[in-house]
Amino acid sequence: MNDHIRPALVTLGLMVGLTGLAYPLAITGLGQALMPAQANASLITREDQIVGSALVGQAFATPGYLHPRPSAVDYDAAAAGASNLGPTSAPMLADQTARASAYAAENDTDRVPVDAVTTSASGLDPHVSPENAAAQAGRIAEARGVPVAEVRALIDAQTQAPWLGLFGEPRVNVLLVNLALDAALPQGTTGPATEG
Amino acid sequence: MPSDYLVFALYAAVTVGLAWMLAGYMHRVFSGQRVWTTPVIAPVERAFLSAAGTGPERVQGWTGYAMAVLVFNLAGFLFLYAVLRMQGMLPGNPEGIGPISADLAFNTAVSFVTNTNWQAYSGEVQLSYLAQMVGLTVQNFVSAATGMAVAVAVIRGFVATGTGKLGNFWVDLTRSVLYVLLPLSILAAVVLIWQGVPQSLGAYVRATTLEGAQQVIAQGPAASQIAIKQLGTNGGGFFGVNSAHPLENPTILSNMIQSVYILLIPVAFCFLFGRMVGDRRQGWAIFAAMGVLFVAGLLLINAPEQAGNPLLTEATGITGPNMEGKEVRFGATLSALWAQSTTAASNGSVNAMHDSFMPLSGLVMLLNMQIGEVIFGGVGAGFYGMLLYVVLAVFLAGLMVGRTPEYLGKKIEGREVTLAVLAFLSMPVGILVFGALAATVPSALSAVQDAGPHGLSEILYAYSSATGNNGSAFAGYGAAAPFHTTLQGIAMLLGRYAIIIPMLAVAGALSVKTPAPATAGTFPTHGPLFVVLLTLTVLILGALTFFPALVLGPIAEHVSMLGGQSF
Repeated sequence: MNDHIRPALVTLGLMVGLTGLAYPLAITGLGQALMPAQANASLITREDQIVGSALVGQAFATPGYLHPRPSAVDYDAAAAGASNLGPTSAPMLADQTARASAYAAENDTDRVPVDAVTTSASGLDPHVSPENAAAQAGRIAEARGVPVAEVRALIDAQTQAPWLGLFGEPRVNVLLVNLALDAALPQGTTGPATEG
Repeated sequence: MPSDYLVFALYAAVTVGLAWMLAGYMHRVFSGQRVWTTPVIAPVERAFLSAAGTGPERVQGWTGYAMAVLVFNLAGFLFLYAVLRMQGMLPGNPEGIGPISADLAFNTAVSFVTNTNWQAYSGEVQLSYLAQMVGLTVQNFVSAATGMAVAVAVIRGFVATGTGKLGNFWVDLTRSVLYVLLPLSILAAVVLIWQGVPQSLGAYVRATTLEGAQQVIAQGPAASQIAIKQLGTNGGGFFGVNSAHPLENPTILSNMIQSVYILLIPVAFCFLFGRMVGDRRQGWAIFAAMGVLFVAGLLLINAPEQAGNPLLTEATGITGPNMEGKEVRFGATLSALWAQSTTAASNGSVNAMHDSFMPLSGLVMLLNMQIGEVIFGGVGAGFYGMLLYVVLAVFLAGLMVGRTPEYLGKKIEGREVTLAVLAFLSMPVGILVFGALAATVPSALSAVQDAGPHGLSEILYAYSSATGNNGSAFAGYGAAAPFHTTLQGIAMLLGRYAIIIPMLAVAGALSVKTPAPATAGTFPTHGPLFVVLLTLTVLILGALTFFPALVLGPIAEHVSMLGGQSF
């Protein structure tokens, strides 16, 4: 056993230096130098204020904005999480049923998309399905006092197709749609405080 | 062909193609031949080995090799435990996060040293940047390298011509990190940053949303850790929700790269084996057995996820895939692919929440882990785990035809079979015995979140994941309670070393035997008959051992669900 102690300690020490310090620090230097936007969480700034990350979902509740999916952690991006409830969980089914009724009433529709009643894996899902976004267009247009076609056009412009037309799902980034809504169709007195 | 099947086929083609190329490279690396990276890496390798006072000429027998593994892993455990306990006093901690408790530090240190990467903690809440880097990232590399080294040593035992020598652990470990893990991690880390994974030492970001609310966005040196977490089948995420987190896995491209990395080295080991034993058909035979099990599991997980939850349809009329605990960008298809890859490969990272998968999907994931993570499995670990089943399969074949069983020209005798069975038993002990304890001790039972049969599935999943060194979770289960952190820590040790040591002993016993030439009576181990026999051995041993428990968990839940019952 004694023959192994020196190689164990020396190898561990060298590996800590190489893989625990040199490797992450070199990658940090490279990322910060070459791709600073991505390396710093893809932040979006509007009028000198950070309004969020293009990749991280956030809560929207007012009628003039596109609403995200339900979140088990209320879009807390410092403590992400999911419901982790199984498919036969009665509390989960009750939650989903209540969300379905609320969604149908709020958007005056009887076609509720499945992503509108289920919580995401991260609690920070930045996307909704195109069906979910389309169902909300009428409500958004009404709140902003603009024709629904304009809202639909903005949503279409922010809709991403599957990668290479095959991998992943079509999706709409909620925050990017809402920024585009504010830029193109500002909503008067109900607008955000930062515009004042 | 439906688009989900096309996705799976393209994924498999890319992964197998890359693994095939990597196997050739690894074969040259582990046999000390020159590769194209040699001019850059060889000087570093020589410096590391001379500082450690060892080198390729100092070959070890199985006991020396096993002792080196144990001493090195013990040193790694003690260092990681100390870092976790002292992180509050150390630099690299912009959020001022305090030390984690003794039982949780024990669990986490064992978890990363054994390549399990079970996360009873939440990264962005409980760990400093320094702890993630010098603590966890280091073990991501060296625990993976330990698995690769042991697998290479075990294969050498099957090949050796009576020498009794398996190689030098320090050389194999150092080469695994320097030639394989580190270059591939650097490549992936850079691509992941390009795709939007953060890599920064700055504090968490404070944002003001369009509606005027505050949002704190956790970030950090994530890309460097995520690259190795996938490549080394570690699976411990930078963030608590792992690769479901939009900063850990932001795009479809990042998801596909991570998915390929999960299986890259485990698949390469099949082909590496073929090259090392000098008969590539032997590698293809084992690849075929693993591949059949992988594809079957993938299709069995995909179907129920695409179909969705019938109880939701019954209650609301909503149809569509099962999206509870899934991200829109990945949908059912890429979530099912990931779930199968990560549980087959002992990776344990997730891009969707396994607790919310349909009951039959959960059944497949449980079986993947319970048979010992041998469907490609962990880097190295999956391969020496499968060799355990190979020993048992040729033994069964020998019984059927009444001849002394042979594999690669070596007689498989009582000692090898006894050791293989001993290694196999660690799975039922860790899963069924420890799981039964967790299901009967009242204070332990409070960890169960869901009522009904799904609750039993949560217990089974936790102990299957720990013993199989997987690390994924039915995350509703409250595994952070001291009872579970301690018992699961022991299960992880059992699932790692109670397989490594017997398998090195098998290799040691085989290494002193001289291979005999094949005769007309030799059972060929490279043909379809052997593939079928090996697949059935895995399934029958796994099914016989765990089927009763699975009936009470996922199968009972599935039947209840079809009957319209919720809990």
